[in-house]
This record gives sequence, C-alpha cells and structure tokens, in this order.
Amino acid sequence: MNYGVVSQEQLEKIDEILSEQLIKIGVDCVIIIDMAGNIITAKDNGTSKYDVYSFAALAAGNFATVDAMAKLVGEQEFSLLFHKGTDCNIHFSKIDEELLLITMFGKHISLGFLRLNVVKALEQIRKLWAGK
Amino acid sequence: MSFINLREKIVQVKVVYYGPGRGGKTSNLEYINRKFSKQIQSEMVSLKTHGDRTLFFDFLPFDMGKIKGYELKIQLYTVPGQVKYNATRKLVLKGVDGLVFVADAQEAMREKNIRSLNQLHENLKGYKESIFKIPLVMQYNKVDLRNQGIPVLPTAVLEKDLNSKLKVPSFEASALTGYNVPETLKKIISSTVVSVQKKLL
Repeated sequence: MNYGVVSQEQLEKIDEILSEQLIKIGVDCVIIIDMAGNIITAKDNGTSKYDVYSFAALAAGNFATVDAMAKLVGEQEFSLLFHKGTDCNIHFSKIDEELLLITMFGKHISLGFLRLNVVKALEQIRKLWAGK
Repeated sequence: MSFINLREKIVQVKVVYYGPGRGGKTSNLEYINRKFSKQIQSEMVSLKTHGDRTLFFDFLPFDMGKIKGYELKIQLYTVPGQVKYNATRKLVLKGVDGLVFVADAQEAMREKNIRSLNQLHENLKGYKESIFKIPLVMQYNKVDLRNQGIPVLPTAVLEKDLNSKLKVPSFEASALTGYNVPETLKKIISSTVVSVQKKLL
C-alpha cells in the first residue's frame, strides 16, 4: 500500500469510521498519523483546538521511542500506550507498521470503553485498507 | 515520505537538518523561526537537555503558501548531533524527503564533519534511501568566526572533504547572524518539492 497518497474516497470513509466509533462517544480529537510524523487525517468534536501538526511530530517520536524501549527489554512491542492527565488523556494504537491512531479524550470516558471502541475502529480501518 | 491529502489539498514534506553536535542545526531553525514568523503558525518544539543541547529533535512547521492549488507544509526537523545519540537520529530520519547537512567550518571540527556525513550515509541505507539520490544541501556554518581569529577551514577544503562525490548545492553560512540561512532553506525546499513531484505525480 502506498501511503504517499490516500484517495478522497478512502479519507471520507475513514473519517466516517472515526466519527461513528470515537467522536460520537465523546472523544475530543482523533488523529491518524504515519510513523514519519505526517498527518493522514484529523477529526475533532468542533470545540478542541490542538496544534495537530506539532502533536503529530511528537507523537511519532514518542511511539518510536517506546517501540525501541520494548525491543531493549525483549518485547515485540508495548501494545498499550496511554497517557493520563487531570482533564485530558491520550491513547495511542498502532493500525499497522506505518500508521498510528491517536485519541484524545476527557475524564468522562473510561479507558475500557474507549479501548473497545478503538478496537472496533481499527478493525474497520484495516478492512478498508485490505479491500483496496 | 511526504504525504498528500487530496481532499484538503495539503502536501506535507519532511526536511531534516543533520550534522555534528554543536554545529548550528538548532540555530538554523531558531533563526528561521524569528525571521519568518508570519509563515509559522505554531511554536517551535524543542526537546532538549538541561544544558540546552538537542536531546531528541526540534520541530518547526513552515507554511509555504499554495503551489498549483495545493497548500505546501514543510516540516523542519533537527537531529541531536552528539555521537551517542545515533539511535535517535535514525528515528528522526524516518520518512525524510530532504536534508540539509550543517557542517561546522572550524578547523578543529574537520574530522567530526566527515564522520557525521558517513553516518548519515549509513543511516539512510537503513531506510533504503541513498545519500546520492535524496535532495541534499550542504551548509558550511560558522564562517563568521574567521573575523574573530578562530581557525576556519577554507571552503575549498570543506568542499573536497564533504562534497567531492555528492556534488550538491552548498552554502557558506552563519546560523547566528542568519547569513545564507534563508538561502539554504529555499534551496532545500525547491529541490525537495521537485523530487516529491517526480516521485508522486
């Protein structure tokens, strides 16, 4: 799969999945980035104002660092990457070798509920790639 | 790898400033950040140690305006220059579209420049990229030190050391005063955009 260009149709379908599975349950912001730190798509609830470009660069670096740490202790990867704050939490998951899904959400959503929905979204996005 | 969003008509391109430690990579970005503040919508991100040395990278998103209806966003990165941080340098190089090699023109740094360039060559191979193919601009930084009586290598020597095989565009520069910093940036942006166009369109 060539990540260099994603068609308009694919992006719209991905946005639909993100809205349906994540924004609808009250997530503030969802971003899909590649491991180089480029933004593939970003969706928010209309009120959050994050600097998504800087965020993508840092998130890609963060994920790569954690991945390298996993290898150092003999793990394939750390599958759950989650940062907890007072008002905002960030959850990272790998879509595949090249893509990351990042979810930012507030304190009113439980981590378990979020993870369930993230898994559903991931399955649908992977299916979309596979069907290409 | 650059990324093109066809829906929102945005092209994202990654340019990395590479070179030996204390060579002026971060200073390049700081100057660009001050000088072109209109084209920079968010703050420069710097991950550094207490001693002000780059630990992971600096990041500066730079808006070039529209080209053929597409909004061009250049993402400028630096790497940490110290020898021991090569693992981090490799991470930052992932998906790079264009490179500026910031060499330190001081005589005392001659060896370090060459070593750093050789390592860049190796690191790129790890991503199946070639230093001979990727857009690259050489910058011989700190030439202003000549006026202060500090021994600085003549440009001919730097060219022979670093650019005799690569034969890429090169600039004498001073990241501190800004001399040739915008010129370096313009050159790398234009060569990178041309190369991305060839690859993707």
